[in-house]
Amino acid sequence: MSLARDMMTIAAVSAGAFFFLAGTVGLLRFPDTLTRLHALTKADNLGLGLVVLGLLPQAGSLRDGFKLIGIWLLTLLAGATVSQLIARTAREGETAK
Amino acid sequence: MSIATVFEVVLATVVLGFGFWTTAVRKTYSAAVGFVAYGLLVALIWVRLDAVDVALTEAAISGGLGGVLLLGAAARLRDSETTAAEAPGNLTRACAAVLSVLIAAALAGAVWLLPEHAPTLAPRIVANAWATSLANPVTNVLMAFRAMDTMLEKVVLLLAIIGVWSLAPDTAWGGRPGPCHRADPNGVLAFLARLLPPVGIVVGIYVFWTGADHPGGAFQGGAILASMWLLAIMAGLADTPATSRRWLRCILIAGPGLFLAVGLGGLWFGSAFLAYPAAYAKPLILGIEVAMILTIAATLGLLLAGAPERSVK
Amino acid sequence: MTEFLTAAVGFILAMLALGLVSILRGPGDTDRMMAAQLIGTAGIAALLLLGTVTGVPAAVDVALTLALLATFASIAFVKKGLSSLDTDGAGITEDK
Repeated sequence: MSLARDMMTIAAVSAGAFFFLAGTVGLLRFPDTLTRLHALTKADNLGLGLVVLGLLPQAGSLRDGFKLIGIWLLTLLAGATVSQLIARTAREGETAK
Repeated sequence: MSIATVFEVVLATVVLGFGFWTTAVRKTYSAAVGFVAYGLLVALIWVRLDAVDVALTEAAISGGLGGVLLLGAAARLRDSETTAAEAPGNLTRACAAVLSVLIAAALAGAVWLLPEHAPTLAPRIVANAWATSLANPVTNVLMAFRAMDTMLEKVVLLLAIIGVWSLAPDTAWGGRPGPCHRADPNGVLAFLARLLPPVGIVVGIYVFWTGADHPGGAFQGGAILASMWLLAIMAGLADTPATSRRWLRCILIAGPGLFLAVGLGGLWFGSAFLAYPAAYAKPLILGIEVAMILTIAATLGLLLAGAPERSVK
Repeated sequence: MTEFLTAAVGFILAMLALGLVSILRGPGDTDRMMAAQLIGTAGIAALLLLGTVTGVPAAVDVALTLALLATFASIAFVKKGLSSLDTDGAGITEDK
């Protein structure tokens, strides 16, 4: 049982780390603000979700598990809001030029 | 070198690099952004050092209120920066460099000369923790063993808000602090300001309540509540209250006032100032903390909102 | 298990550092503002893993606070600060 849990943790956290890698490569390689914002708010949120999924089997209690999921949901909300707000400011800056 | 050491080296390098970048960068706005990010990374270090109470404070302050304050100040400075671009002379720079090096050397020397075994009262605090039936040693120190410091800290907050209010012009005295915020009522910001505060209030109260046994407490909880209040204000869903309101002034003095009353009660009925009777220690501490979280949330929110700018009429 | 998770924290932290370097180089303030969001995701992931590795369950509460307040720096940026008078209209002119 413990082995199966550890396997799941290793698989999910590795996948999460891969998406963080993808997000960072996007930040380094993409040419302009909007595409970089896309890389940041999409890939990294998925990465965090996978890390949370990987940590769920290690959580001590049901309450801790719910807290982990709550953190991910809050981050999703933050990512969606921030990407909209920043993208609009960036576009306004472009049209002003 | 173990993998944990590698991790610590990476963490320290990133934070130091960030600190250097924040100092070296020229634009105020970039420095403010850098400092906010730096503060969030420092929270990671506090967790690594097992000081989760401090990490929570760092996250609550630098993530929410500190960022709003610094970025607001930078935005205000930016207008004046473009007009008055005075560069400091070479002599000023040399003096600043020498002063910085001296301070850094003094700090390094102080760290070098630290005694091998620091004098500590921690064992005595752990031994006497039963008296308050609080399991979190930090809350124990703040509310019982060094309650005097905590009380005076709240008085300082009160003095700070008086200082900010005293900047108000005569016509606006007693009026609403800060500008009137408007945002599209169907926009992203207003949507967030409707969705987040209910969650935030629950988290704030949870952080406050869990402070008895786990890291947390009135200050961290109050900072979270203040952030939620500010979010509603910034989205234009709520307005700042006029500073002449009686209920607002009552909330502002509730925390230190109750603390002081309990302290004087200890002098009257018990052995010393702020001596809680052992049987009522926990209910008394809880009462003070409830009053304090309200005071802290109101004070931090009003400090951020600034001096009264609009008269009541 | 602990070693794998520690390595994962180190890796995510390195990604965080690389991303921050790229963001802070600019060119505009808008790009720099993404730093707070990057820490909001990668920093929280590192914090959660760190809490599990070092056996500090309260690290989850720190992560919860960070997640809750992750939007604040960006809102302050969009509003151009709480103290400015919104004369340039940013923050009001959202799409209808």
